Amino acid sequence: MVEMVSRPYASAFEKFAAGNKDILCLSADLTSSCEIDGFRDRHPEQFMSMGMAEQNMLSFAGGLGLAGFRPFIHTFGVFMYRRPYDQLMASIAYPRRKVRLMGFLPGVTTPGGMTHQSIEDISVMRSIPNMTILETGDATEVESICEAADSIDGPVWCRVLRGSVPRLFDTPIKVGEIRELSSGDDILVVTSGICTEEAMRARSALQKAGLSIRHLHLHTIKPFDSKALLDHISSVKHGVVTLENHVTEGGIGSLVAETMADAGVGKRLVRLGLKDTYAHGGSRPYLMRYYGLDATAMVRGIEDLMGQEFGITESDLDTARVEDVHSLVKAEAL
Amino acid sequence: MRNEKTTEEVALGIRRRVFEHSMRNNGGYLSQACSAGEQLAWLYNEELKLGAPTLPMIPKDFAGVPSAENTEYHTGAGYNGPAAPEFDRLFIAPAHYALVAYATLIEVGRMAPEGLEMFNKDGSSVEMIGAEHSPGMEVHNGTLGIGLSTGAGLAYGRRLKGDAGRTWVFMSDGEVQEGQTWEAVQAAAHHGIDNLYAIMDVNDQQCDGAMDSVMEVGDIKTKFQNFGAACIEIDGHDLNAMRDAVNEKHDGKPLIILARTNPFHSMPILEERFPRLHYVRFKSEDERARMNESIAKDLGVDPIDYAH
Ligand SMILES: Cc1ncc(C[n+]2csc(CCOP(=O)(O)OP(=O)(O)O)c2C)c(N)n1
Ligand SMILES: [Mg+2]
Repeated sequence: MVEMVSRPYASAFEKFAAGNKDILCLSADLTSSCEIDGFRDRHPEQFMSMGMAEQNMLSFAGGLGLAGFRPFIHTFGVFMYRRPYDQLMASIAYPRRKVRLMGFLPGVTTPGGMTHQSIEDISVMRSIPNMTILETGDATEVESICEAADSIDGPVWCRVLRGSVPRLFDTPIKVGEIRELSSGDDILVVTSGICTEEAMRARSALQKAGLSIRHLHLHTIKPFDSKALLDHISSVKHGVVTLENHVTEGGIGSLVAETMADAGVGKRLVRLGLKDTYAHGGSRPYLMRYYGLDATAMVRGIEDLMGQEFGITESDLDTARVEDVHSLVKAEAL
Repeated sequence: MRNEKTTEEVALGIRRRVFEHSMRNNGGYLSQACSAGEQLAWLYNEELKLGAPTLPMIPKDFAGVPSAENTEYHTGAGYNGPAAPEFDRLFIAPAHYALVAYATLIEVGRMAPEGLEMFNKDGSSVEMIGAEHSPGMEVHNGTLGIGLSTGAGLAYGRRLKGDAGRTWVFMSDGEVQEGQTWEAVQAAAHHGIDNLYAIMDVNDQQCDGAMDSVMEVGDIKTKFQNFGAACIEIDGHDLNAMRDAVNEKHDGKPLIILARTNPFHSMPILEERFPRLHYVRFKSEDERARMNESIAKDLGVDPIDYAH
């Protein structure tokens, strides 16, 4: 049974930042939604309320960076790059300010619909020179995201999970490394964020069906160790399947595709994720099913790649469920 | 379309529905019903000139996001009637007021009560954060601060076409923190867009609490006037004040009505939760039960049997 950790970011951020005078915590009117309300109350001298004014917050953080501070800025990911994209570029990315952009509710983890779902942020961030991109997939990664981000000499985009988060890993994020979760030689599966847990469910069902799967989890999306990935690709027979909580254009599926093309690798690649579509509002399990981001989608993707059906049913996947991971209680608020 | 109910009755009905919903769901955007009840009731029951709804009383399921392939796609605007030249249009700019807006549609006979049962259910179009396919919505506004600009553009475009109908935007006060709101007023004033109307729920509240503690916005009436709008401030629970405010002369300028409201109006027990009223989730069974008793009494209904 998987351990569920409640609000891992809240305690991790406080432990990391409290008393470190070079670190300032900025919030854009989503303080408890980003789990920094306790920090605000206990460390008001390091907390800045910026109101619902994200464009200003981004350039302001750039100015703090210029003054020698390392601001951690908090809001829902979507509000941190769509409207204030120009500010992100001019005030933060170009001058390489040490601003840590903590983006909550990545992809379809929010019921708030299109305006709340950051589905193309990785694509955008990958194309910004000087940007580092980290994504959390479990509680241990959330607990180590602050140290990891703050180790970077430049701006860092982080996809942060909140609320009740499963613990899948027992070692912290080591920036630039790839986690190898299983080492098989038929197929390579590459996932990130919440999709890793889904792939783990699919993997255990497929392994029972006799397929040997090599599974990699990416917490560091940029910079990226293409050499390590190519080694993994060359050790599987059939090809690669990627799954991400993001559109398939520009995310980790594209990252893998580019890596393969650059090296002239001739294996097949199946990219799973949001297929050139917006999403709508709904619970996370429902949206993951609807848009093909879940374990079932992974099984179908692998079947497509193998040209073979494995007869895996929903109930096989349910028993392979990373137990009790999510209460099915619907998020009622943001 | 005229309703038989008085606007006071509609406002009370909105609050009763949002209260019942919030009790059953152990929380909701309840305070927004307190603050905005009169504004939405007045708009729909008296002020807006709207045609009969063109979409089914019981909302259809979610039918896909816009794309070239989704040829049947349509927004939820049909609940406000057809987009004919003579009719008014309304945007709910703060899309988290959707619950209150849906309750209003029911009270004025534009949506069936079943619509509210579909709220935030997977596969339903009645989304928690009103989407453009949700009942009564025409554009996506969940990213706050874009509504007035879209309204200004629509109003200007309609003026070019000679439409008699007005464009209304229901706004929240948190939106004045976004720079875009001021850009919208500036452009509307510059282009003399006086067929644009806004009413803003000035409840002094935002997610983190009282606005003054989060980011002070100062004298927004003077600010709006300085940016070129006609702006009038009223008691947002006083319907006669609303009726008068809309008659304010505003030639060549958009009219912005600031409705100063009380975030626990008609549900005084909610004051216990001040200054965090943005989303009221009951903290304990005891609190839920006490609020149930107290608010039911205030609204003149029986306590909600939320166990069933
Ligand atoms: C651009 C943007 N930033 C942040 C949010 C998150 N958000 C949703 S409602 C809200 C508070 C805004 O204040 P107001 O609309 O006055 O809220 P209320 O009075 O209902 O509490 C915030 C920050 C958002 N929806 N859009
Ligand atoms: Mg407000």
